[in-house]
This record gives sequence, C-alpha cells and structure tokens, in this order.
Amino acid sequence: MKTENQRAWWLVAPVVLLVAFNALVPLMTVVNYSVQETFGNNQFFWHGVGWFQDVLNSERFHAALGRQLLFTAIILVIEIPLGVAIALCMPKKGFWASVCLVLMALPLLIPWNVVGAMWNIFALPDIGLLGYALNAAGFDYDYTQQPLSAWFTVILMDVWHWTSLVVLLAYAGLVAIPDAYYQAAKIDGASAWKVFRHIQLPKMNRVLTIAILLRFMDSFMIYTEPFVLTGGGPGNATTFLSIDLVKIALGQFDLGPAAAMSLIYFVITLAVSWLFFTLMTRNEAK
Amino acid sequence: MSIDLKGVVKRVGAETHIYETDLTFSPGGFNVLLGATGAGKTTLIKLMAGLENPTEGSVFLNGRHVTRVSPQKRNVSLVHQFFVNYPHFSVYDNIASPLRLAGITRAEIDRRVRETAELMRLTPMLKRRPGELSGGQQQRTALARAIVKDSDLVLLDEPLANLDYKLREELRNELPRLFADRGATVIYATSEPHEALLLGGTTAAMRDGRIAQLGPTAEIYRGPNTLDTAQVFSDPPMNTARVEKRGKEVHLAPGVSWPAAGPIAAASDGVYTFGVRPNLVSPQEEAAAGVKIEGEVLITELSGSESVAHFALTATETPDPWVSQSHGVHPYEIGERRPFFINVSRGLYFDAAGARIAG
Repeated sequence: MKTENQRAWWLVAPVVLLVAFNALVPLMTVVNYSVQETFGNNQFFWHGVGWFQDVLNSERFHAALGRQLLFTAIILVIEIPLGVAIALCMPKKGFWASVCLVLMALPLLIPWNVVGAMWNIFALPDIGLLGYALNAAGFDYDYTQQPLSAWFTVILMDVWHWTSLVVLLAYAGLVAIPDAYYQAAKIDGASAWKVFRHIQLPKMNRVLTIAILLRFMDSFMIYTEPFVLTGGGPGNATTFLSIDLVKIALGQFDLGPAAAMSLIYFVITLAVSWLFFTLMTRNEAK
Repeated sequence: MSIDLKGVVKRVGAETHIYETDLTFSPGGFNVLLGATGAGKTTLIKLMAGLENPTEGSVFLNGRHVTRVSPQKRNVSLVHQFFVNYPHFSVYDNIASPLRLAGITRAEIDRRVRETAELMRLTPMLKRRPGELSGGQQQRTALARAIVKDSDLVLLDEPLANLDYKLREELRNELPRLFADRGATVIYATSEPHEALLLGGTTAAMRDGRIAQLGPTAEIYRGPNTLDTAQVFSDPPMNTARVEKRGKEVHLAPGVSWPAAGPIAAASDGVYTFGVRPNLVSPQEEAAAGVKIEGEVLITELSGSESVAHFALTATETPDPWVSQSHGVHPYEIGERRPFFINVSRGLYFDAAGARIAG
C-alpha cells in the first residue's frame, strides 16, 4: 500500500528556520532600507532604485572601489606566489615539518583587531621597531601622514597575517602528491622547474583555487585591521569599501545609501568569486 | 641489458630493508620478483632504477658500474602500481614526454608516439587527459611511456595490482610479448604466485629482504630449495606440520603416518617440517595416495568452482591452521569435524634449518 503525506517537510524545517534567521531576514532588512527614504519618526517613503543610482554614480564610491580592487590585486599577486614558494621550501616530514607548520599557523591564531593594534605600534615612526628602523635606514616613512607609507604598512600587515593560510593550503596539496610522481619525473630526467610546472602545480590546482577564493573574499572585505591601524587614513588613502560603508551607515547614519551600497558590494564580491571559480575549474569540467 | 647487483645492502636508519644480496638477470629476459608485501621488491627496484642508493655494494648495467649514476642516465623505465601520468598533459603528450626530454626531432617523436599508442590501443584517446580515462587506460598510458622510450631495462612494480581482474588478465597476457619484441630486460615485481607462473621466465623469490631462490619460474615452483621459498610461492600459504621420521615411516600425529618414500626415504631419522600445498589436501578420498587426517573446520570460502576450507588438525598442533583447496562445491559446516586426505606423495620435507630434503 502506498502512503503519501507531507510530513517529511518537518525534517527540513530546522534548516529553513536557521537559514531564514541567519541570512534571509537580515538580508531582507537591508533590501528594505535600500529602496526607502526616511526622515525620522520611523516613517519610510518609497524611493525606488534612487539610492542605487546615487551610489553607482558617486565619485566617493568609485574611489573606494578602486582602492579596494587595487588592494585585493596586490594582495593576491604577493600572497599566492609567496605562499606557494614557502610551501615548496618547507620540509615534507620529520621534526622540522611540525615546527614549520606550528610557526606558520601562529599568525592565523591572532585576533584581527590585535593584529591591527600590534602593527599600529610596531610601525610608529618614533617608537615602533619597524617605523624607527625604516627611518634610521634612510627611508622617509610615516604611515600616519603619507598615503604610500600607509599602503605599504597595510599590505605588509596583511601579507604577514594571511600568507600562512596560502602556505598551509599549498603545503597540504604538496604532501598529497605520491612519491611515485617525483620518481617518474626523475627517471624522465625532468628539471626542478618542470617538476613544479607539470606535476606540483597541476596537482595543487584544487587547493590553490580555494586559496585564491578565500584570499580574494577576505581581502575584498577587509575591515578590522586597517580600521585599527589607520582608520582609513591618512585622508581617505586606505578607506576601503567596508570602511567607507561603515562611515556612511554608522557615521552619517544614511541608512538608504548604505543599504544600497551593501547590496552592490555583495553582488560584486559574489560575481568576482564566481568568475574566479569558473575560470579556475573550467579545465576539470571539460 | 644485463643487470648485476653485487653485495647490495639497503639500510634506512636502524632498519635493514635489503640484506646482502647478489642478483644477476641476463639480457633480454622476462624476470619476476616474487614476494609478499614488505619483502623488499620495491626497494630492490628503486635500487636498480637509481632512485635510491644502496648502503653497501654495487649495481652494474651491462657490466658498467652505475651505483651512483642518476636514473635518467641509466636508460631505464619504471611503471608503478599507481597510475602515474602527468595530470594536465593529454595522453599524446604524456607518451611523448620521455622523448621530448631526450631531445628527439618532432617527426620522429610523432611517429613513435603513434606507433606505441596503436600498440597499446590508445589511439582513440590520444587527445584526452589521464583524469578522463579508466584505470586500465591510465595504466596503459603509463606503460606506453615506458615502451616508447625503448629502454634497455624496464622495471614494472606490481603494475597490474590496482586493475580489475579482467583487465589484469588481458594486460598480463600482452606484457611479455610487448617487451620481448624490443629485446629489453624486464623485471616484474608481484606478490601473486600464480602471476609469476603465468608470466614464466626467471623468478627471484624474495622474503624479508633476502632473495630466497633464483631460477626458472616453473622449476622454483616445483622444487623450492627452502621452506621460505615454498611459502613465498604458495597462495594460500603452504600447510606445514612437524613430522618425525622413524625407520621407514613418517609420523605426523598419533595414528597418522605413512611410508617414507622419495627424498625422505634416504634421510636420517629425526624431526622434519612437512609441507603440502592446499590443493593437495582434499575433503574427498581420491585415487592418489591419500593419508586421512581429522580437522575441525574454522572458515570456509566458495569461489566459483573452488571450495576452500581452513581447518585445525585435531590430532596435533600446527603453527597455522591448514587449508584445503579443492575443485567442485563441497558443503562444509563451521565447527564440524571431518576427515581430509593429504596427497603425501607430493609433499615436501624441510630440515630444522629450513632447507628442503632433496633426493
């Protein structure tokens, strides 16, 4: 006998509730703000796509987006090759392998605002070790005054903080390659470069895809560290998208434009992540 | 190419992987390294390929001393148990890879790649990547890379172990022919005795890092010099028991004895190890001289037309339970006590040191 009823839906209910309160409800609040205007008194007026047009046409947004893209590009260009290079140099087994792994994991264990605070002091030109040393070595360095110094510091801090993640992922990919591949290459007489190009790199393909995606998303949404280090300055030099967003939403309390900007920000992150993922996995899909 | 190992020892830390070994394979033959997992087959193959250096001793190829010469200068090929190909190269480029590194003209490379692909039946797959192929095709690609190189020495380290049964049989039949045509010396490592018998040629039986015996495959199977070799060359393992020779009789247990015939007849009285292969222990009394012995059935297996029973001898203690392997389907019940019949005329006798009593 066939019995059919809808009771199975109850099994899905917990997940639906969780996702609803975790993502959908907050997201819809943002959507709600993004299409309305308020003058206080908890009164809202329909504003259509006006905020979106404003944000997309604002020079302030263009500048922040430009800074954000440049920052993320520099981070990826430095951290991915550097991470792979460090992973290649690390010993594959024995006592020193464990030591290296622990050392590599350390920066990842430090809370983000502590990282910002650490570098804030570390890089101060008068009392910080890094700032003082750079000035002593003849560089005119002051991240509180010069945009270039501020960028240099933020990038150096991010590289110090996050290259480890790329190293650990690349390392995991490397140790997963069976010895047999290296032996085959040795018998063929392949050079170290060819071994890297034709065995290690293709075999690291998947973990590198993950590393690039994670580093893209994280650096694209960076907030805490530059907020603590430079507060977006000097001037607007290090005001990245999320810092700008917080300034609009909480500093100026412009809820509508901030909500519209959040959604645009979200769509850009999603679109670029999708693009990366599609490009990097298209060979496998074939 | 002939290969000689002279006094080769391989130690890693405190462990000895290969004890002092002398081994010679003559040019152009098909040779088998037979031994259980951990016997040292792979280590020996790596030493021959030059992937590892011996702790002591020397390796000679065609009389040339090559102990510390790098693998690429030895002109050897190696095929692994795993399917090792360059993951992002097409099958064509994979087969061509050893030639490209050797600096051969494009036209010549193309000719040899296509010829080898045809031989290995890979022509329709030349444009695909290894990840898109079945296990058998991947291993055929790896074999093609070994063949295309025209090496003098081809080392095959359990190349069929990860393939399914049918493919294994198919490739096993092809392999000796593929390499025989090229005059290469082939060394084939395997843990399966019947594979060694099917491949023929010369076999070196290995056990615990030592060469137990070297000789023509069938000869070693029929006349193992030692208990070690007999064990390596028996699957399921050979049944063994302590027997005592008294005058003209061999006693296995109270009430279980038979007349001493063959090599044992001339041996002096005393204690020996008796060994008999599982296919010579039958649950039914057959025409051949069968000595009856009682066993308690522990495990039974039915595989196709073959019945296997593991049983403990009730009359005496043996190092391991015995195994009976017989044609046809025999109904066993676990725990039952029933007679088995040993074909003692084809049994082997070993002395206390493990050497076979030969006539």
